[in-house]
Amino acid sequence: MLLLAFDTATPAVTAALHDGTTVVAESTRIDARRHGELLLPAIDRVLRDAGAAKGDLTALAVGVGPGPYTGLRVGLVTAAALGHALGIPVHGVCTLDGLARAARAEGVTGPFAAVTDARRKEVYWAAYDEHGARVSGPDVDRPADIADRLAGAPAVGAGALLHAGVLTGARGPEHVSAGHLAAHAAERLAAGGDLLPPVPLYLRRPDAQVPAGYKAVLPA
Amino acid sequence: MADEPLVLGIETSCDETGVGVVRGTTLLADAVASSVDEHARFGGVVPEVASRAHLEAMVPTVQRALDQAGVTAADLDGIAVTAGPGLAGALLVGVSAAKAYAYALGKPLYGVNHLASHICVSQLEHGRLPEPTMALLVSGGHSSLLLTEDITSDVRPLGATIDDAAGEAFDKVARVLGLGFPGGPVVDRMAREGDPEAIRFPRGLTGPRDPEYDFSFSGLKTAVARWVEQKRRAGEDVPVADVAASFQEAVTDVLTRKAVKACRANGVDHLMIGGGVAANSRLRAMAEERCERAGIRLRVPRPGLCTDNGAMVAALGAEMVRRGRDASALDLSADSSLPVTEVSVPDPHGAVHAHAHHSLGGGA
Ligand SMILES: [Zn+2]
Repeated sequence: MLLLAFDTATPAVTAALHDGTTVVAESTRIDARRHGELLLPAIDRVLRDAGAAKGDLTALAVGVGPGPYTGLRVGLVTAAALGHALGIPVHGVCTLDGLARAARAEGVTGPFAAVTDARRKEVYWAAYDEHGARVSGPDVDRPADIADRLAGAPAVGAGALLHAGVLTGARGPEHVSAGHLAAHAAERLAAGGDLLPPVPLYLRRPDAQVPAGYKAVLPA
Repeated sequence: MADEPLVLGIETSCDETGVGVVRGTTLLADAVASSVDEHARFGGVVPEVASRAHLEAMVPTVQRALDQAGVTAADLDGIAVTAGPGLAGALLVGVSAAKAYAYALGKPLYGVNHLASHICVSQLEHGRLPEPTMALLVSGGHSSLLLTEDITSDVRPLGATIDDAAGEAFDKVARVLGLGFPGGPVVDRMAREGDPEAIRFPRGLTGPRDPEYDFSFSGLKTAVARWVEQKRRAGEDVPVADVAASFQEAVTDVLTRKAVKACRANGVDHLMIGGGVAANSRLRAMAEERCERAGIRLRVPRPGLCTDNGAMVAALGAEMVRRGRDASALDLSADSSLPVTEVSVPDPHGAVHAHAHHSLGGGA
């Protein structure tokens, strides 16, 4: 098995290659404005670092968010097109699950939350139990509205750190890494488990104002 | 013919997910998925709605185009994509998809200009573009007069709208008349029942001191709204067909007058008209009449190729390959305000890097 995973749902543009046992290459850059430019070169880099060819890939895993839409779509459409052209399956992974796995690897224990920035003073978040299983979410809420529910439990991710004044358990890791996303997907697949369909978790309806009736041009 | 380049083109600058396949100047497939119905209730294109629709439609539309063309992706000589101008988020979906296809298939990538593509589509219907060719591009997003000597490298703007695009004026007048969105087709249909001489609406920027090749449709739109309101306020029926016909006459009069003038002044005897508004029946008829009188050969693609589509992008891509133009790099970005003078976005590191990209793609 050779699984390529990537995620562009947050400011991290991250790609990794997993051989079924371990992560064999990874590339992560933090740049919220250049997902489109950075992703393909990152994919190319991890393949070259691992000495692997595109034709060797057996599956793709892509972060499906939640995350700000424009960046999120870069990863999803790239995965869809790569999967189509290479004839390999494309699996979706909740971006927050990748972040949660990174948190466990960094020693976070007990119940905790993974929190990313949803802009507009809101966060995307999900809650995990002491085994790292997601028990609620993903949801989009205001930090103050989830602070009570977290009751000071660890809250990892850039969204938590951004609102550390409200989310008192805020701590690292700050960003999702494709290595953890890949490991999560590889384990699930090896166990014959399900992953998500590769469609975006927008969690919000599109902003679309219906224009008011046309404005009168004559003085009233 | 068979050794002409086979190129797949992707277009997502607005609300149409277009994928076309072209061999040289021969159209093999033109698949379009439109989100226009989702925008209709908003009275205009909603960028986020368009971007979401592009993502959903991308792979099925690419597959449909390949099936229509009867080719496999491995046969392609290149992947072309609209790099700009257009809606930033919408462009990004197409550019990201094109890069992934080019990379996975080991094919060169060509990020091209949307406006140059609108001109180049003419090759699919009337053969290679004469050099020079004058182009009048009119749509909901643009109204420009462009002179091109070589469609892969040299497009010069002579004039453009200083306010609304022609297609926008159609949308706004349709709204004033309560005819719905998009306005172009419905105003055209209404106008057929009306008298184009009924109301003398103003012709923008046609005074002796006005810029010769620029356009303005904002004043016209306001004049139509004012005229209609006055009727309504006086309690009179609005003669919708006459208003539509007179408005349309004013738009097409200015467009064709300036286009013919530009051809004469620059010694150009071929005029192509493209963009969604080129589907307008009165514009086509008036352009034919005036070009004939001026001894200018007119090239107007069929309506389906005038609106945004992937075939036009593939047409320009195929011409790029034929002329050995530089490919784009894998870090190509979508540029919502790509200048019309930039026909393509070649790899900034030049041919050496482009060559490396080829062998990398081909070998892996
Ligand atoms: Zn267009």
